[in-house]
Amino acid sequence: MTPWQPVLLSNVNRPNSERITTYMAHGGYEALRKALNMAPAAVIAEVKASGLRGRGGAGFPTGVKWGFIAQDAPVKYLAVNTDEGEPGTFKDRLIVERDPHSILEGVIISAYAVGAHRAFVYIRGEFFLGVKRWIKAIADAYQHGFLGKDILGSGFDLDVSVHRGAGAYICGEETAMIESLEGKRGEPRLKPPYPAQIGMWDQPTIVQNVETLANIRHIIGRGAAWYASIGTEQSKGPKIFCVSGHVNRPGNYELPLGTPLREIIYEHAGGVRMGRRIKAIIPGGVSTPILPPDKLDVPMAFETLAAAGSALGTGAIVVMDETTDMVEAIRRITSFFVHESCGICVPCRIGGVRLLETLETIGAGKGTLADLERLDYLSRSISGLTFCPMGTGMCEPIASGINLFRSEFDARVAA
Amino acid sequence: MNVTDIQPSGVRIVDPAKEAMLLSALYIAQEREGVLTPEAIARVAERLGLEPGQVYSVASFYTLFRMQPTGRYLIQVCDGLSCYLCGGANQVVDYISAKIGIGPGETTPDGRFSLEKVQCLASCGTAPAMRINDDLYENLTPATIDAILERLQGEV
Repeated sequence: MTPWQPVLLSNVNRPNSERITTYMAHGGYEALRKALNMAPAAVIAEVKASGLRGRGGAGFPTGVKWGFIAQDAPVKYLAVNTDEGEPGTFKDRLIVERDPHSILEGVIISAYAVGAHRAFVYIRGEFFLGVKRWIKAIADAYQHGFLGKDILGSGFDLDVSVHRGAGAYICGEETAMIESLEGKRGEPRLKPPYPAQIGMWDQPTIVQNVETLANIRHIIGRGAAWYASIGTEQSKGPKIFCVSGHVNRPGNYELPLGTPLREIIYEHAGGVRMGRRIKAIIPGGVSTPILPPDKLDVPMAFETLAAAGSALGTGAIVVMDETTDMVEAIRRITSFFVHESCGICVPCRIGGVRLLETLETIGAGKGTLADLERLDYLSRSISGLTFCPMGTGMCEPIASGINLFRSEFDARVAA
Repeated sequence: MNVTDIQPSGVRIVDPAKEAMLLSALYIAQEREGVLTPEAIARVAERLGLEPGQVYSVASFYTLFRMQPTGRYLIQVCDGLSCYLCGGANQVVDYISAKIGIGPGETTPDGRFSLEKVQCLASCGTAPAMRINDDLYENLTPATIDAILERLQGEV
């Protein structure tokens, strides 16, 4: 088999890759010209046919989401999620810093498809360079007539603005992001209604992740049939896998969905440091269940990871070798979620603190078997019982970790 | 505020467009003084037609808005999982602590450095990582940390 030629990351290593001139010299904004000559419904149909699913963690089919927007709604918005914060994930930062126009072209095509004339880019406050790159890319796109009134003579108008978050993981959740864009505390809304029905200022709003949007130009440019030929039955197209932890070559690797986890870790990321054995793998960011090494042959796709007892999430693979203290790793993950809980739902706010206290007690060697049972009881009192998926997310690594590494926990507690 | 701003229920009518500028306004206020003082919060509230309590409520939600002053250089060490696995997090914090003589949450007596642990900086592939003010430093080693701190010690 010939090695995969990057699609999403084809530009990032060119000199001055972030500039509009570099982007346009390599086919940039050609897909936009093509899309503007299609009917909006045809663009939606093409994205639906491609099988593209969201890359922000939930994996919802993008074209289907676009179809939920009421055609006759007078005002519609597009919100761009650059609030990357799931530990282990560092792909969106790469695209924003090195190839912002590949996202922006997707933004304009998506807005045209759903009939939005206003798009809001929400970016994590800590991404100082990313903020600059977004602002420059948008300014240059206006100069070239890709934004503003009557884009490329099509009669379609679109304005885009950049909004900095201010340090809150929860604002990566789409309804919390909308609250934050409205100038409020980033507390998630109860769904339904979904943002596509009632979003920013109560208007239908499409929220898309940066990597998802970076796929759009390729789907329009090369066609849905080409795109759907990549990947597996239910997971189409290329995906950026972020590999970190105990590997020789951590980094972002773009590969077709369905690439086996083993191949990503051993062939692309150079294997485990010092030739050690793997103890545990987080396949999709820290809110996805931990996998044991006997699942290394799982194809990295939505359906296969679900069958293996975990999830694709953001595609952020964290590798932990045989020297890893799993109790400490799980305590650390829990500490993250407790810090980032917005506090609006009691199970997550209070339950998270209790989970962390219990893990600290066990980690300090002062726990008992009752503490292990308490973790289980607490997880069942949080999982699925909160407005947003974070409550469930904080329980996944604990439940899977205890299940897989029970002996490590048992060794820390008094009988 | 005048009488026409008050609905029968007593709720002030908020202009959504002004409210949406709140985070940007807080950034501007903080940039001027390095910290959000109660006076700055009151000024932001007045300019946007919001209650000071609402502005405080929003500001206190986000970690990048600071109510307490920090040193000239705010060192924020990533405490994330990947940085921990790559020998960062605790080790980087301990190393810096030993060099500048303060622990997390503290500021040096001369006001030059503050030290903090922060959540994931999205630098997991280049761990361990830290941020000092607006600059990100990745693939940290004792030698690179020494060089960075020496440079900042010497800044006038």
